[in-house]
Amino acid sequence: MQQRNLWTVLSLSLLVMAAAVACGGGGDSGGGAAPAATAPAAPAPAAFDPATAGNLTGMVMLDGELPAAEELMMSSDPVCVMNASNTMSSTFVGSNGHLGNVFVYVKEGLEGRSFPAASGTVVLDQQGCRYTPHVLGMRVGQTLEITNSDPTLHNIHATPTANDEFNMGQPIQGMRFEQSFDTAEVMVPFKCDVHGWMNAYIGVLDHPYFATTAEDGMFDINTLPPGDYVIEAWHEQLGTQTQNVTVTTGQTAEVSFTFSAP
Amino acid sequence: MTWLHRYARLVCAATLLLITAGGMVTSTGSGLSVPDWPSTYGYFMFAFPLSKMVGGIFYEHGHRMIASAVGLLTIGLAVWLWRVEPRQWMKHLGVAALVAVTLQGVLGGITVLYFLPTPISVSHAGLAQVFFCLTIGLALFTSAGWRRSGALDTHEPVIRDSTLVTLATGLPALVYVQILIGATMRHTGAGLAIPDFPLAFGRLVPPQWSFAIAVHFLHRIGAVATALLILAIARHLLLHHSARRDLIRPAWALVLLVLTQIGLGGWTVLSERAPVINTAHVATGAMVLGTALVLGLRVNRHRFPDARQNEWRSHRAPRIATEPARPGAPI
Repeated sequence: MQQRNLWTVLSLSLLVMAAAVACGGGGDSGGGAAPAATAPAAPAPAAFDPATAGNLTGMVMLDGELPAAEELMMSSDPVCVMNASNTMSSTFVGSNGHLGNVFVYVKEGLEGRSFPAASGTVVLDQQGCRYTPHVLGMRVGQTLEITNSDPTLHNIHATPTANDEFNMGQPIQGMRFEQSFDTAEVMVPFKCDVHGWMNAYIGVLDHPYFATTAEDGMFDINTLPPGDYVIEAWHEQLGTQTQNVTVTTGQTAEVSFTFSAP
Repeated sequence: MTWLHRYARLVCAATLLLITAGGMVTSTGSGLSVPDWPSTYGYFMFAFPLSKMVGGIFYEHGHRMIASAVGLLTIGLAVWLWRVEPRQWMKHLGVAALVAVTLQGVLGGITVLYFLPTPISVSHAGLAQVFFCLTIGLALFTSAGWRRSGALDTHEPVIRDSTLVTLATGLPALVYVQILIGATMRHTGAGLAIPDFPLAFGRLVPPQWSFAIAVHFLHRIGAVATALLILAIARHLLLHHSARRDLIRPAWALVLLVLTQIGLGGWTVLSERAPVINTAHVATGAMVLGTALVLGLRVNRHRFPDARQNEWRSHRAPRIATEPARPGAPI
């Protein structure tokens, strides 16, 4: 559908070539989006009593030496050079064999369940010419607020595969706009084409059971319905790992992942 | 040298600069650093502050500014040709250049608004070279040398040499196809699909295949074919037409350019697509095409209408004439 729209616009553009300046229209894909990630064929969603819930805790570790963080070359924008308090890459963060910025989520085991719509807003900030946070999660349909705290301009370019791509400009400090995603997708990459070193990743899920590891590699996923699950850990360079885990009422299950250092 | 010719050369040089700037946009991954078009972050294009031309915007907005300048120069050239040029086909060529540069601007806008779709991006790269060829043609056709070069005694040996005519006519077409393959490779991210050079995965032929590897390898095959054809033409000219300096010079230039181009191609791979090297490869490719076009046009000089109307008819060749000239017949 996107291709058809594209060629239609191209054809129209050729016809009105002399009036090229008037050719605009943005990237509306018009009807190409997949239907919302609901389960229409399922009977009634299984009710979940929070009193029966269990918890999941765990740790992500790195086998081998943590690669030294690369220094980000920000010289192409003097404002970034002046305002950046941290010029080190966020790809590998951690200490003592623990790995941060790993997205951990329930990959399988929640099929057929439904959950209350997410409340609140997830914020992705551009500060010091880097995205804060670097890795995060959000729900399908939840509001993502993207803000520019920098006194320079940024473009926010999301390159999902299951959702619609978008590219917006924020030329003025303090600008913000809201966005949401229709379909679960792990992960949606974000980048700033102005500042090539800026990137971030958002895991979009249709349930609330996800977390991002802190620098100590720890994560907690609470209030899980009892059951058997496949848990996946995702790292932007090290790929993914999965573990099976059983959560029982009132108990805290533990799971750990170990990635090999590159 | 007339002022019109000087102006046409200026348009030609500005177009090469524009292609180079476009190469920097792609090489630095800045194609979407300005998310809107034809405005720039909401500003009227020409009012965008210089202080905000940072990072990728420097390349993308700079490319748009140079493109605008080339567009204005082309309008000037088309109008100038329309007003003063006696050759009707030259007027039309000027209009064709104007149409091409306008369409090119629209394609550039669509690439931005639709996040660099490969077919449009490749078309944008391909049309850029067509427009460059048009400006080269206009510069060549307005030159005094072109106007003087219609005499039969100069051209007859070339006209008889069907090998040279075939090779020199085919060369620009081959180079253009090679550039299109390169553009496809560039816009599908296949530039490093084969990570070593001059071998491919340590072999002459890749041991594994994918679309990216196939496109990349095809570009290398095309480079070898282009280089061999250029060397063959240069050798042929030296052996059979060494007195034709107007052909020998572009042939030598082509030999130099194609060797440089192959070196830059290898360097692009080995440097993992360093932007400056990558862009130099794009610009040199355009120069190879432009020089091949000049050679091809000069070899085919006798086919142009202005040659027939001027010196050509007054030096009619026995091999070409289909009937004897009648005394007093209108020319």
